Amino acid sequence: MKKITIIISILLWPAVIFADEAWDTVRAENELRWGADVNGGAPYVFCDPEDPKRIIGFEVDIVNAIARRLNVKARLVIVPWDQLVPALLRGDYDVVFNGLEVTKDRFATIDFTIPYYIFSEQITVRRGEDRFNLLKDLRGYKVGVLSASLAQRIIEQDAHITAVPYPSPVEVYKDLEIGRVDAAFQDFPIASWYVTPSPKLKNVGSPVGEGIYAAGVRKDSPVLEEKLNEAIKDLISSGELESIFRNWNLWTDRQHELKERAALSTRVFAAKAPLGKYIPLLLKGALITIAISFLAMVLAVAAGFVLCMGKLYGGSAARFICNVYIEIMRGTPLLIQLYLLYYGLPNLGIQLNALAAAVLGIGLNYAAYEAEIYRAGILSVPAGQDEAALSLGMTRSQSMRYVIIPQALRTIFPPSTNDFIALFKDTSLVSIITVSELTRVYSQAATTTYRFLELGLMTAFLYFLMSYPLSVLSSRMEKRQYAAIHQN
Amino acid sequence: MQPFIKIEGLSKSFNNNPVISDMNLEIGQREILVLKGPSGIGKSTFLRCLTYLTPFEKGSVRVGDLRLYAAMDSRKEHETIRLVRRRMPFLFQFFNLFGHLTVLDNVTLGPMKVLNENPRHARDNAMELLRRVGLDHKAAAYPGLLSGGQCQRVAIARALAMRPQALLLDEPTSSLDPDTKREMVDVIADLVRETLTMLIVTHEAAFIERIATRIISLGPRCAILSDEKRR
Repeated sequence: MKKITIIISILLWPAVIFADEAWDTVRAENELRWGADVNGGAPYVFCDPEDPKRIIGFEVDIVNAIARRLNVKARLVIVPWDQLVPALLRGDYDVVFNGLEVTKDRFATIDFTIPYYIFSEQITVRRGEDRFNLLKDLRGYKVGVLSASLAQRIIEQDAHITAVPYPSPVEVYKDLEIGRVDAAFQDFPIASWYVTPSPKLKNVGSPVGEGIYAAGVRKDSPVLEEKLNEAIKDLISSGELESIFRNWNLWTDRQHELKERAALSTRVFAAKAPLGKYIPLLLKGALITIAISFLAMVLAVAAGFVLCMGKLYGGSAARFICNVYIEIMRGTPLLIQLYLLYYGLPNLGIQLNALAAAVLGIGLNYAAYEAEIYRAGILSVPAGQDEAALSLGMTRSQSMRYVIIPQALRTIFPPSTNDFIALFKDTSLVSIITVSELTRVYSQAATTTYRFLELGLMTAFLYFLMSYPLSVLSSRMEKRQYAAIHQN
Repeated sequence: MQPFIKIEGLSKSFNNNPVISDMNLEIGQREILVLKGPSGIGKSTFLRCLTYLTPFEKGSVRVGDLRLYAAMDSRKEHETIRLVRRRMPFLFQFFNLFGHLTVLDNVTLGPMKVLNENPRHARDNAMELLRRVGLDHKAAAYPGLLSGGQCQRVAIARALAMRPQALLLDEPTSSLDPDTKREMVDVIADLVRETLTMLIVTHEAAFIERIATRIISLGPRCAILSDEKRR
C-alpha cells in the first residue's frame, strides 16, 4: 500500500509543480471550477433549506455572473473550509470564492483577485443584554469566534478577552443562545444572515475592523487572475454586484469603496509566517490533550469494569442494560456522540462545559470497549481457578480480587494499552466542541500560515512523543509478568 | 455415634438427565472412604455436590452441625456454604493451583484471606506443611514449572493449611504417572492417617485401596453396589 502511494505521489508531483496556466484549462474545458464549503456556509454558499439539492448564496450569484462574462460554465467543488487553499494548490479547482479574507499569510501561498466585498466584524449578544457595545466592553468575558478568522485575530489581540474558537459559524450562535459564551464576534454577512431573524439574539455596536473578500488563485495563473479581475470590475461598474448584495441584504455604504480599490493591486508584502511562535501554543495544546486523555482513561477503566461485572454477574436486567449500552456506544461514531453531548443535550436543559463533555464523551465511549476487553480477560481464566478459590472458602469477591483479576490482567493488558493509544489519538475529535487541544491548535496554526507540512510533522511528533511511553510501559509490564511466572 | 457427614436423598440431573438419584450415605469421623466406579457415572459430581460447588435439586447434606439442602439460596446462605468448604477443601483432578502465585503464596492465600491469619503465622505454617510434603525448596517457584506430582503435593498443602476436618479428593492419582501414583498415596497416608476424614473418588482404586477404611462401589447414577468396611 505504502509503495503504491509513493509511486502515485511521484507521478503526480510534476503535474502539480509544472501545472499549466489555469486559464488554458478553463477555456479548454469550457468550465470554471471553483471551490467553496457549503457546511454552515450561509449566506455565502449553502444548501437551499427549501430544496437541499440546490446550492445558493451571494457568492454563487457572483461566480455565475463572472462565468457568464467569461463565456464558460461554473462548476462548484465542495471542500471543507480549512482545506480550501490546500485543495486549490493541489489543483482540485482553479479559484476559491468563499469569504476568503485577504491576509499577508495567505499571500505567501496564493494570489488574490481584486476585492468583491468589504466587510467588518459584528458583535452579537443575547436580547436583553446591554453591557456590551464596544470591543473593550467584552474584557473579562468569553467571545465565540470562527476558528482562524479575522475576528479571532482581533479578539486575541486583546489579552483580556477570551476567544472561544468554533469550527463553523452556526455553533457560535447556538452556544451564545444558551450562555456558553457571552458574546459572538463574526463577519458582518454571517451576523446579518443569522441574527436578524433570531428571536433570542441581536447585533450591537458599530462594525469593528475591516477586511476584504477576494477570490484566491494559484500564483501560476496570472492570466486567469487578470480575466477574473476584468469580470469583477465589470460587475462593479455595471451595478450588478450591488444588486446581488442588495438582494442578499448585505449592501453597505462601504461597498462604494470597491471601485477605487479595484484600481489598486491587492498585492501586499508576502513573507513566510514564522513558526516559532506556534511552538508554545502546540505544547499548551499537548498538555490539554494529555489531561483529557488521562481523565477519560480513568473514567473508561472505572465504567468499563462496572459494565463488565454487570454483564458477567448481573441479573437479567443489569445484563440487558449493559449489553444495550455497549452495543450502542460501539455501534455509533464517537464524533456523533460528542456532538450530542455538547450541542444536543442543551435542548434537554443539560449543559456541560466543553472539557467535561470531552472527558465524558471519550470516557463513556471507550468504557464500552474496555468492558469487552475485561470480560474476555476474565473469561480467559480457567473456571477451575475460581472453583479452587471458592473451595477454600473464599467469597466470590475475594476470588475475583485475589485469583481471577490478577490472572486476567495478563490477557487484558495488551489490548487495553492498544485501546488507550487509540483513545489518546481520538482526543483530536474534541476539537469540534471548542476544546483547544493539540489538533485544534495545529489546524488553527496551519490554516493561518499554510505551513501544513512543518506544523503537521511537529504535531504528529508531539502525539508520538506522548503515546510511545504508553507502548513502552505496556511491553515492560508484560515482560515483567512473563518473567515472574516463567522464572526458575 | 453421630456420623460426621450425612447425605439424605441427594439427587442431581443435568438437562433432565439424572446423574445422581436418591443417594443416601453416612460417613463417620476419620473414615477414609474410597468411592470407586467406572468413568462417567457421576462420582465427581457427587463429590462436588457435598460442598455445593455444584448445586443439587433434591435432598440434603449435613456436615457436623451445618446443613446444605436442595435449591438453597446460595447468596443468602453463603456463610454456611463457605464454612462447609473450609471444613472440607476439595482437591481437584488437575490441581487448579493459582498460576500467578508462588508455591508459598498458593498455600498462604486461604489462611490469610479466609481465616484472617497474620502473614507471619500463615507463612511459618505453610513452610512447615511444604516441608512435610517435601517441597520447601520450591516455595518461591511458580506452579507452571512443577511436575504433576509436585503440583498435587502443593494442592494438599494448600488444603491442609485451612485446618480442615475432611478432604475431598477427586481422582487424586489419575493425572500422575504410575511411580508417582504410589508415592502420592504414601504422602496422603502419612499426612492424614487417623486425623482427618477423607472421601476419595477414583476409577483406579488399586493404588489407593490399601489405605482405605471403607470401600464403596458405585454403579450408574451413583447407585451403591457394595459397601465394605475394612480393618
